[in-house]
Amino acid sequence: MEYLPNIIFAVALIAGIGFFTRNVKKLTRNIKLGKDVDVSDNKSQRWKNMARIALGQTKMVVRPVAGIMHVIVYVGFIIINIEVLEIILDGLLGTHRLFSPLGSVYDFLIGSFEVLALLVIVAVIVFWIRRNIIRIQRFIKPEMKGWPKTDGNMILYIEFVLMILFLTMNAADFQLQQLGAEHYHEAGAFPISQFMVPLLDNLSESSLILVERTAWWLHILGILAFLNYLYYSKHLHILLAFPNTYYGKLKPQGQFNNLESVTKEVKLMMDPDADPYAAPAEEDAAEPEKFGASDVMDLNWVQLLNAYTCTECGRCTSECPANQTGKKLSPRKIMMDTRDRLEEVGKIMDANNGEFVSDGKQLLNDYITPEELWACTTCNACVQACPVSIDPLSIIVEMRRYLVMEQSAAPTELNNMMSNIENNGAPWPYNQMDRLNWVNE
Amino acid sequence: MSEQLKVKTMQEFMAEGKQPEILFWVGSAGSFDDRAKKISRAFVKLLNKANVDFAVLGTEESSTGDVAKRAGNEFLFQMQAMMNIELLNGYEIKRIVTCDPHSFNTLKNEYPSLGGNYDVLHHTQYLKELIDNGRLTITGDGYKGKRITFHDPCYLGRANSVFDAPRELLTKTNAELVEMKRHKKTALCCGAGGAQMFKEPEKGDMDVNVLRTKGALETNPNIIATGCPYCNTMMTDGIKAHEKEDSVTVLDVAEVLANSQGL
Repeated sequence: MEYLPNIIFAVALIAGIGFFTRNVKKLTRNIKLGKDVDVSDNKSQRWKNMARIALGQTKMVVRPVAGIMHVIVYVGFIIINIEVLEIILDGLLGTHRLFSPLGSVYDFLIGSFEVLALLVIVAVIVFWIRRNIIRIQRFIKPEMKGWPKTDGNMILYIEFVLMILFLTMNAADFQLQQLGAEHYHEAGAFPISQFMVPLLDNLSESSLILVERTAWWLHILGILAFLNYLYYSKHLHILLAFPNTYYGKLKPQGQFNNLESVTKEVKLMMDPDADPYAAPAEEDAAEPEKFGASDVMDLNWVQLLNAYTCTECGRCTSECPANQTGKKLSPRKIMMDTRDRLEEVGKIMDANNGEFVSDGKQLLNDYITPEELWACTTCNACVQACPVSIDPLSIIVEMRRYLVMEQSAAPTELNNMMSNIENNGAPWPYNQMDRLNWVNE
Repeated sequence: MSEQLKVKTMQEFMAEGKQPEILFWVGSAGSFDDRAKKISRAFVKLLNKANVDFAVLGTEESSTGDVAKRAGNEFLFQMQAMMNIELLNGYEIKRIVTCDPHSFNTLKNEYPSLGGNYDVLHHTQYLKELIDNGRLTITGDGYKGKRITFHDPCYLGRANSVFDAPRELLTKTNAELVEMKRHKKTALCCGAGGAQMFKEPEKGDMDVNVLRTKGALETNPNIIATGCPYCNTMMTDGIKAHEKEDSVTVLDVAEVLANSQGL
């Protein structure tokens, strides 16, 4: 029975990682439901963007308070992973503080993990206060009711508990080292947890071991659980921010894509040699491509990746001119709706052996209303504000295209404007022959 | 009507067998909107002063299709774009200057993949070039002591990262340039973009232009300058909503320059 803990640990680890892998597969399958889009260009610029925006957090610190706090939690997360590696190896091999032969380097590492853990606790408390006491506007918008609010707080609680467990484990370990307990050789520096030792002062060696082991197990099981919580949470951004910034838009923000399917038709219309009555060529006989998007499958896969990456921080919405003036449009809601609909489509596929069976619902109307879409000024403030290169505007435009080109459902004034352009080459009903009158007025 | 403007069409250039230095893309607003026509005139006065050999398309010009594209009508956009490209390529146009950031954006970024490749400049960029090359000089202290705040048009600033040219021009007049809290990359939209100019806003508790003008008025300006005919309309309506039309004027950068030179 000597190896029982190692075996339990290995089973927990395999289960945790296995379940996570299953979810990653589901995630990839759902993202691939999107249309193909060529993002193979400018590789070096893309890597740079990823390094600068995701790794370097440059767009986070645009808002200094939230930005700096976020950097702390982020650095804490990355660095403490080194400790998690040691914990995993200890768990599998039945060793204790496997990396301790590193000596003073090890002391420095453990010491800095502790300082970071404390900073993370402080940051998490500040975040909680911002969400629940100060109630910052962008965290209490309508789309944040229910699960998104719970999710936001849940993540903070989990991080808080994990850090407390980490420090408790170290405090008990430190005390055991002082007592010269067997197995607990002197290793590590404990600049923070040493102050927790008085809380454990009256405990016997066996109680201390119980505390240390309990904290150790809960900490690592907590991390495995958190890993699997990601898929069900906005917290997925900790992974997807990297590919998302890599695939982010490189063109000037004002440049919208030109629909190739439209180009083909327009060229045909303008070709004087084209026979208007010609039967479509054999290869063109397929169903004509749908213009614009009414559901998630009509979007491209980068847009779907965007949706899963969104962490609902609401910087986009707080910068949106429409939202600031009380309109229903919220760019964050566009992303959340896209993700929720995509998840729904994924669930339908799971229930039908991987085949999508129409549920009579779609992204348009059932999630996003035309009123929201028509409120957009296409100003790109949301795109600019996003710390992880999400482009809500491209989804809005794609859905407008569907409304206008497939359904002719533009607001009346816009239909008037468009028929003016068709008839006289200007959005107003003026004669094209009067275009130069301004010179002599 | 004041003095005669010297404006030649591409057809006239063709007839003479000549090529202009630039094509001035007037745009639908610059051609038809009463307020925007004044901007076209101010810009032409500056071009005339600098002796620029420019052409316009005149009655051959047609909407770029930009607003149709933002509204979702990709079909109409590409129809307009292809017609314009056929015309521009037929005239072998190399360089285009426009006072409208929306035309600027679409000509510069969205026309190339449809076969229209031109060097496209916003009029503030071109005016700066004329000054830098010594072809246009801005003198006098007419605007000294005046506070001017510049409203960044979304499709010039955020969309295409042109922030400095309009500001440099404004400081040439010796005016005092004051910045709004939200400017350059984080500038707030005037409310006209995305085809909003042509429709009533959705239900809300305020109009975007009123909010933007509020931000502009917080800088306590004499003049709100901008570089877009649509922003101009929105900001002008905005100061009316704030009942400040007696103390604050909305002008295009080209108008500020032309006025400063008594043109």
